[in-house]
Amino acid sequence: MIRYERSKGLTDVHTHYCPGCTHGMLHKLVAEVLDELGILGKSIGIASVGCSVFSYDYINTDFQQVPHGRACATATGIKRVLPDRIVFTYQGDGDLASIGIAESIHAANRGENITVIMANNATYGMTGGQMAPTSLIGQKTTTSQEGRNVIQHGNPMRVSEIFAQIEGAAYVERTSMHDIANIRKTKKAIKKAFTYQMENKGFTLIEVISTCPVNWGMKPREALDWSKEHMLPIFPLGVFKDVMKP
Amino acid sequence: MKKGKLTFDDESCKGCELCVSFCPVEILSLDKDRINSSGYHLITVSDMDKCIACANCAIICPDSVIKVEVLEHE
Amino acid sequence: MSKVLMKGNEAIVRAAIAAGLDAFFGYPITPQNEIPEYMSKLMKEHGRVFVQAESEVAAINMVYGAAGAGARVMTSSSSVGIALKQEGISYIAGAELPCVIVSVMRAGPGLGGIQPSQGDYFQATRGGGNGDYRVVVLAPETIQETVDLMKQAFDIADTYRNPVMVLADGLIGQMMESVDLDKPVKKRHIEPKTYITTGTDYHEGRNIINSLGLDPVYLEQHNFALERKYKEIIKHEVQYEMINMAHAEYVIVAYGTVSRIVRSAIESLTDMNIHVGLIRPISLWPYPKKAFDLIPKTCKGILVVEMSMGQMLDDVLISNKGRYKVGFYGRAGGMVPAPEEIVEAILHFDEKVVD
Repeated sequence: MIRYERSKGLTDVHTHYCPGCTHGMLHKLVAEVLDELGILGKSIGIASVGCSVFSYDYINTDFQQVPHGRACATATGIKRVLPDRIVFTYQGDGDLASIGIAESIHAANRGENITVIMANNATYGMTGGQMAPTSLIGQKTTTSQEGRNVIQHGNPMRVSEIFAQIEGAAYVERTSMHDIANIRKTKKAIKKAFTYQMENKGFTLIEVISTCPVNWGMKPREALDWSKEHMLPIFPLGVFKDVMKP
Repeated sequence: MKKGKLTFDDESCKGCELCVSFCPVEILSLDKDRINSSGYHLITVSDMDKCIACANCAIICPDSVIKVEVLEHE
Repeated sequence: MSKVLMKGNEAIVRAAIAAGLDAFFGYPITPQNEIPEYMSKLMKEHGRVFVQAESEVAAINMVYGAAGAGARVMTSSSSVGIALKQEGISYIAGAELPCVIVSVMRAGPGLGGIQPSQGDYFQATRGGGNGDYRVVVLAPETIQETVDLMKQAFDIADTYRNPVMVLADGLIGQMMESVDLDKPVKKRHIEPKTYITTGTDYHEGRNIINSLGLDPVYLEQHNFALERKYKEIIKHEVQYEMINMAHAEYVIVAYGTVSRIVRSAIESLTDMNIHVGLIRPISLWPYPKKAFDLIPKTCKGILVVEMSMGQMLDDVLISNKGRYKVGFYGRAGGMVPAPEEIVEAILHFDEKVVD
């Protein structure tokens, strides 16, 4: 009996992600959920700009690759003309919370029936580790060599908390990938988000605390542990909005 | 206790060693004597008999390298 | 069918709906506010999609998504807002998606003014987005022509999988003229869309809408393919009008509402026994360069008249190939030229010569 094997929701393409990068795990979870819910064939994914730009090569659905930050606007365009299909975006913290904050908030505000998967690794990974809206105070990045400080850079942005305030948001949860139990919780959260979309409940967002081993200068396991120790106190895990539990 | 059998898609492996660190029975290790065509070191199992088919390794693996099968109990 | 008196912006909306518009995404900006307003009402009545986006940036990206999903889709804006759409337009062209963009020009640069202008010719034809791409640009002079070109625009967009811009100005947007909304426009055969992202259950294989090409070998080939497409468009989609060219002593080149003012000036000049012809480009890209080969040898000079500081002027200089003297007369900032000014410009042509 097979306990675990490669999901049909993934293509056969080897990913370009760094060894130990959480994108790989997160892609698997999205793929597994879409397959298990039986919606692979009616799903359209939106690949944003960041390391995950190539998600269109890895997840086994139709895809649109879109400009940096604009994924939620494009998702709106697709969902409005194909309301019976499942539309999801896969975005990083820079894509969603920096350049894309307006499009993301407004899609939530309109209550667009889309699912947003946000990988939060507190950095701009693809471009080499610059400071991101979610970078931590004191975190050294290539554009904040002495560490992020409040006076110059402001505080890290708590995306889930912001979106939870928006009435059109039906389900907002922050999860983590730092161990097996939390990966399982992330999968449950993603499944819930897509289920809510299938039930037309509104905008769903899963913010997933992720790592960037290469730009953080750590080995993969070290990076997972660091995310647990340093990111979770700033970005607490949990459900911030559930329209079924007001 | 379940018993498991692991199969590895070596070409997909990037030698990140996350499976090694999450295996509760510590039967996985990076094999510096083998590489795949991408140049990554591969994973070896020291003692498959000790595998409990928890699938931690497969779950944590970012590249879907490991297939876990549960063997029938004796 | 019967003609009705209608405002340009409203006619644009009704023409688009008649052409089978599935979805409109737009944002308020003067002088085209009536477009999203009428769209919000009429698209709802027709059971189609309308979204007032949070910005022009969001709107063009909604257009991208809907176009990729197979819909007939449109956005509209003016000058400043069109500037915001440039990234999206480049992506749409690079990913080879069809869409119609209506630009109702106002004066610039920057926030500028809300009065009419033709100061976005460069923006429309040269494109403010990155990379080698082209947008088909159609410039109507009357509201009737606007309706006709709107209907053509969707078919052209689908035929070539490219953005098409209908370039109007505040005069067309705001004025009222009689228009026959049902005037038939030649329909084109559009191939079924096999590239659209509707879900793998609904078509063969897996469809990916994408403009990324990190491999330079691939990306160069993609650019060559786009160029071949643009050459086809140049071959088949040039539109222009020429009037009064026989024995013309001067030829005026003007487009859009300015050409109507020029027609009045030509009448006055004819009364003064001065023969002046008009080349009126209707497609600004592809530009009717070959029309300039038809200028008679009697021509003493070409006068370009624009509501700008001289943008189509560049295309005239290119098309002229140094054969005739080229002069320019322009108004800017929202000022609209009167026919008398153009008459004066012809009478004092030598003072207007730029090349």
